[in-house]
Amino acid sequence: MPENKPINIASDSLILRTATLIVLPLQLLFSIFLLLRGHDEPGGGFIGGLVASGAFALYLYAFGVRALQRLLPISPKDLLALGLLLGLLATLPSALLGEAFFTAQWLKVSLGDNLIKLSTVLIFDIGVYLTVVGTLITMFSALAESLLEETHKWKR
Amino acid sequence: MVEVLVLIAAAACLAPYWVRDGRVPRAWLALVPALCFFYTMRWWPEVATGQHVLQTLEWMPSLGLSLTFYLDGLSLLFVALITGIGTFIVLYASDYLKNHRDEGRFFLWLLLFMAAMLGLVTADNLIALFVFWELTSFTSYMLIGFQHESEKSRKLAQQGLFVTVGGGLLLMTGFIILGSVTGTYQLSEIVQHSITEHSALVDLMLVCILVGAFTKSAQFPFHFWLPNAMAAPTPVSAFLHSATMVKAGVFIMARLHPSFAEQALWSQLQLWAGAATLLLAAWLAFMASDLKKVLAYSTLVALGTLTMLLGIGGEYALIAFVSYLLAHALYKASLFMLAGVIDHSAGTKDLRRLGGLRGSMPLTFALVVIGAVSLAGLPPLFGFMGKELLLEASLGAAAWVVGVTVVAAALTVAVSAILITKPFLGETPALPQSPHEASWVMLAGPFVLLGLSILVGCLPYLAQVSFVNAAVHAIAGYELPFTLKLWHGVNTAFMLSLASITGGVLIAACWSRSRNFAERLWSWSDRWGPERGYFQLMDGLAAFALWHTRILQNGQLRVYMVVLLLATLTPVAWVLMSAVGWPGWLGRLQPTYYELAMLALLLVSAAYAVTTHGRFASIISLGAMGFSVALIYIHFSAPDLGITQVLVETLTVLLLVVVLVRVPGFARFSSRAERWRDALVAVFAGAILSWVVLAAIPVQWAPSISEYFVQHSYDLGKGRNIVNVILVDFRALDTLGEIFVLAIAALGVYSMVKLKRGEPHAGK
Repeated sequence: MPENKPINIASDSLILRTATLIVLPLQLLFSIFLLLRGHDEPGGGFIGGLVASGAFALYLYAFGVRALQRLLPISPKDLLALGLLLGLLATLPSALLGEAFFTAQWLKVSLGDNLIKLSTVLIFDIGVYLTVVGTLITMFSALAESLLEETHKWKR
Repeated sequence: MVEVLVLIAAAACLAPYWVRDGRVPRAWLALVPALCFFYTMRWWPEVATGQHVLQTLEWMPSLGLSLTFYLDGLSLLFVALITGIGTFIVLYASDYLKNHRDEGRFFLWLLLFMAAMLGLVTADNLIALFVFWELTSFTSYMLIGFQHESEKSRKLAQQGLFVTVGGGLLLMTGFIILGSVTGTYQLSEIVQHSITEHSALVDLMLVCILVGAFTKSAQFPFHFWLPNAMAAPTPVSAFLHSATMVKAGVFIMARLHPSFAEQALWSQLQLWAGAATLLLAAWLAFMASDLKKVLAYSTLVALGTLTMLLGIGGEYALIAFVSYLLAHALYKASLFMLAGVIDHSAGTKDLRRLGGLRGSMPLTFALVVIGAVSLAGLPPLFGFMGKELLLEASLGAAAWVVGVTVVAAALTVAVSAILITKPFLGETPALPQSPHEASWVMLAGPFVLLGLSILVGCLPYLAQVSFVNAAVHAIAGYELPFTLKLWHGVNTAFMLSLASITGGVLIAACWSRSRNFAERLWSWSDRWGPERGYFQLMDGLAAFALWHTRILQNGQLRVYMVVLLLATLTPVAWVLMSAVGWPGWLGRLQPTYYELAMLALLLVSAAYAVTTHGRFASIISLGAMGFSVALIYIHFSAPDLGITQVLVETLTVLLLVVVLVRVPGFARFSSRAERWRDALVAVFAGAILSWVVLAAIPVQWAPSISEYFVQHSYDLGKGRNIVNVILVDFRALDTLGEIFVLAIAALGVYSMVKLKRGEPHAGK
């Protein structure tokens, strides 16, 4: 079957590649913006994570899976684990304070005129963000990587 | 009591290391049950006076759940038998299995069985008792199948497991009914009252409990598994399949005797099943030629006798029950151990090939004579007293019971005579090994147990004050005044006993001549016996499984979907039609033209997705469907949902592209009729699910929680985006669970892609 030949899904379109280089950082910034404002306006860790994954998926389609792996400083599976760890970490303060499990803890810091709210909720949301990014990039890169390899014919 | 169980279970877990280490002799493991024996006897003074001990271990006090142990005369008798005989069994096994590859595993399961059995006889809660009951079945399975390389051994172990666990399920049903009838699951409370009401439910309960007990105690027609369980090593046969586990069924019948003695169904079933087992097993014991099989059938005789005695009921029968139980445990475990000694030293346990061992194994010979004399029920052994009481009790019942008892007694005498004469007297034939006397470790058990048998035979008062009084009290439910005596004078029971002995000796003389007939009998029983029924049932089960697997799980995803959807949604549709009805408010809706446009977009993209022949066109139209849904969300002011939907759809399309690149183009594998069928099922499923959602909208069982979220999102959650506050604060635990699910899904995809099909077989 012709499907058994290696397939590289990287595009050779110059327009897509150039645009990706500009869009990727903007999209990542936007995803962080969505993450941070999520508590008050539409957004949040899940949505932010999806936007960031979209950015990396775009890069994957433009430059291929090897390039994506080179771009990422850590493996997507580690990102996944980090997200889960942060999610669990957010449960610790309430446990240490002897309150009910998962009770949110808030710390308000004023910087000049701006009031910044730091909280375990934010840590948890970052955990969600990282988990979503880790999940999707793990799936994308595993699937795209398998396309690069010549699959064996199924022998019975 | 719990400390005893924990100690034995801990010893069981350490046993494999103990054996592997080898610095401390394995025989020392016998100290564990011995220690438990002496430890549990500290409750003896209290129990022997007819009182009982209740020990409660709080487990979940807030739910009223606790582990309670109940020790009365009956329990303590069993505890003494299990730990006492267990001590000698462990000692015996340490030599019997010396240098066996899996010796550690053997002690592990043997000691675990001991803990489970102790739990069974002391548990106060019916459910706890059931759990221990199943644990004994399971450990017994592991021990029967100890030689797991042999297919026969595995098959027979499975047979024992299926029969006893199948009965265990019925027992549990019976226990649950018992719990709801009496309103308590505590045995100590249940046995205080006699259940006299008659109803279909009570009858069902009695039958369920009895069948459970019958399977465990191998009563007819479930008797076949016990002789087959002789595939186990001899220490197991001696311990589980003669002295302890098989008595669990008898134990539960005796335990519930105070409550059910008034129920005619209960005692009649016991009487008939016991008598049938007794007669059949006595005859088969005489027909068998394998030493262990002979002993197994004679164990069945004892179990049938015990069941029958409970069925007869009344003062004599209960005294006979306890005495017979005690006597049997003492001599039968010894005889099994001695049979193992003979097998071990002569290399065969076929009675037709054995002979003339008295010279080479004098000590074993002497012990077998004592054991067989006790089995036959001759004075001055304890077995004699058990038999006298049995005959006395049967005289109080119907005439046919006396007949059955005497015939079975005669056959048992014949079997005892065979046990003495065949292996030890006569010429010495060519044996597979040159026989030699066994070590003291292996003979210690029979020596002590048979010694006790003589001691309490001569001084019955000892047995009476130590265990029999309290146990009879526990079974009867009230104090019974009686005196155990060896010699009752020349009465009817004694005359019957004499008749059975004479008859037995005469029957024994025909043993050798009856072997040809016996061979034919066994092949006939293979074809027509109840065991055949068991195998038919098993084959039928396998055939049924194969049949429905072929139909339901034929490997075609489309068929799976059709079966799943129809099986789940047809009952839903029926409930909707019969109980809910069409939501009337739907007709009063007045949709705007752009709402209709969104709907049209949704429908068109769905229709295109299922009819197009191109893979990518199909993916893209699926995406279009998703975006239409997002439009609907945004239109009804749910921006977070809308954004999420758009993003998820985008990423899904991108992922599908990566997946579908490899998949060949769509082709027609199905006929036109099949496609119509699938379309109909799909439309049906979609319609029913929509109906469910529509019908659910006006339903409000509890006050809505959304109000709370809306009100407190800012003051408690410190956020104005209610959706996000719910996700990361109010319902954060759910979200935590969900991100773990995400992670697992990612790892699932990763391993599925990385561990490619074909690769694990590449080396072949």
